[in-house]
Amino acid sequence: MTAPTSAPFTPVIAGAATPNAPAPATPKNVPHRGGAANPSADAMRAKFADAIRRVDVVWGETTVVVDRSRLAEVVRWLHDDAGQRYDFLADVTAVEFRDTEMPIEVVWHLRSLPYRRFLRLKVQIEKGQPLSVPSVWAVFKSADWLERECYDMFGITFEGHPDLRRILMWEQYREGYPLRKDFPLRGRFSRSEQLRQALAANPEARYSMEELSIAQAYEDLPDEMRRRLSTGEKTGE
Amino acid sequence: MGLSPAPRPDQRQEVTHGGEPWMATRLDFLVNWARANSLWPMPFGTACCAIEFMATAAARYDLARFGMERMSFSPRQADVLICAGRVPFKLAPVIRRIWQQMPQPKWCISMGACASSGGMFDNYAVVQGIDTIIPVDVYVPGCPPRPEGLIYGIMLLQKKVMNERSRDTTLRQEMEPDPKSQLYIPPPVIDELSEPFGNSVHQTRSGL
Repeated sequence: MTAPTSAPFTPVIAGAATPNAPAPATPKNVPHRGGAANPSADAMRAKFADAIRRVDVVWGETTVVVDRSRLAEVVRWLHDDAGQRYDFLADVTAVEFRDTEMPIEVVWHLRSLPYRRFLRLKVQIEKGQPLSVPSVWAVFKSADWLERECYDMFGITFEGHPDLRRILMWEQYREGYPLRKDFPLRGRFSRSEQLRQALAANPEARYSMEELSIAQAYEDLPDEMRRRLSTGEKTGE
Repeated sequence: MGLSPAPRPDQRQEVTHGGEPWMATRLDFLVNWARANSLWPMPFGTACCAIEFMATAAARYDLARFGMERMSFSPRQADVLICAGRVPFKLAPVIRRIWQQMPQPKWCISMGACASSGGMFDNYAVVQGIDTIIPVDVYVPGCPPRPEGLIYGIMLLQKKVMNERSRDTTLRQEMEPDPKSQLYIPPPVIDELSEPFGNSVHQTRSGL
């Protein structure tokens, strides 16, 4: 067994791609709507003309609404292109509006450390469409848990996610997706039924071998630990 | 304080100054006195109440005055489970397992509004009072309670411990609810009585 070789670690220095840019300062008197958009928005328009549906600037932050079918391509380009270098996925979440006719929006918050830029990507899922968007896990590994949380709370399927299951609620949770507007605040089941189902869970079965990455690293483990794991010994407690 | 048996009348001597002293007391009193003044807490802190609990244990309020200076982070060596903070449903089997791991005699303090009743978290994820999972001896109200409040609860618990009698064997029985008993009310009936229109009436946030 050989240790996997990887590229040497190179730290990302914020603003390194624009060495002559002025030092960042807290913006003042930012308008609610309008103002200068992130230069990445124009670059995206030039590159993916028809895939960019809308560009909004809200409180100085740029929001780009992208076509769902081309999202993976756009994110890959934003990450790889030397003029963009969005190397940090800060958040993945969704918005459902009170007006049920309005589309559900899935939101990605991207940050470019070398260029000191912030970009918000949105995909709108129209009413009646299946709640699924492409996963960006192939580009950003941090999307793993963020997309699981979004799936857990909103029921949005991320196609291509390696392990899409609940993360905050327990895996046997059957009441639905708590942050959806049609979800009652107290849940769907009665209190005693909720408690019965919760207490039926085995607290020691919460961590799977996969979750602890033991399955992948199994060959690298010491013999003694491998022997203990093969006898079914519980871990994670 | 020695514990010599009382001497027989024919052996009785004048206890002179400097002789071995002895005292007579009820065994219950002595055992309870020892227990009440060495309650080792098992802190189960999940939220802001735990911060107040830490303040109670720190120098200014000095929980060590009550013989509680040893926080027992293992339930096997703990006497009092102090549940400080909200308990989500995902933690319900965990806190019940911890309670089962604590040896008798054991007591439980429910600290704060969330642990006692769910508090402001009347939602899908939070247990509405830990007394639906484990027995509770003292409820401390507050959001969060001040350290004085927790200390008052602890003193109430000490008073409760002092009043226990070893002849009362039911004190240490861990009862599972018996469905054959006439006193038993099945959970669905409790739901029906307490929430006749269902759990979620008028709770949909969209107003639909």
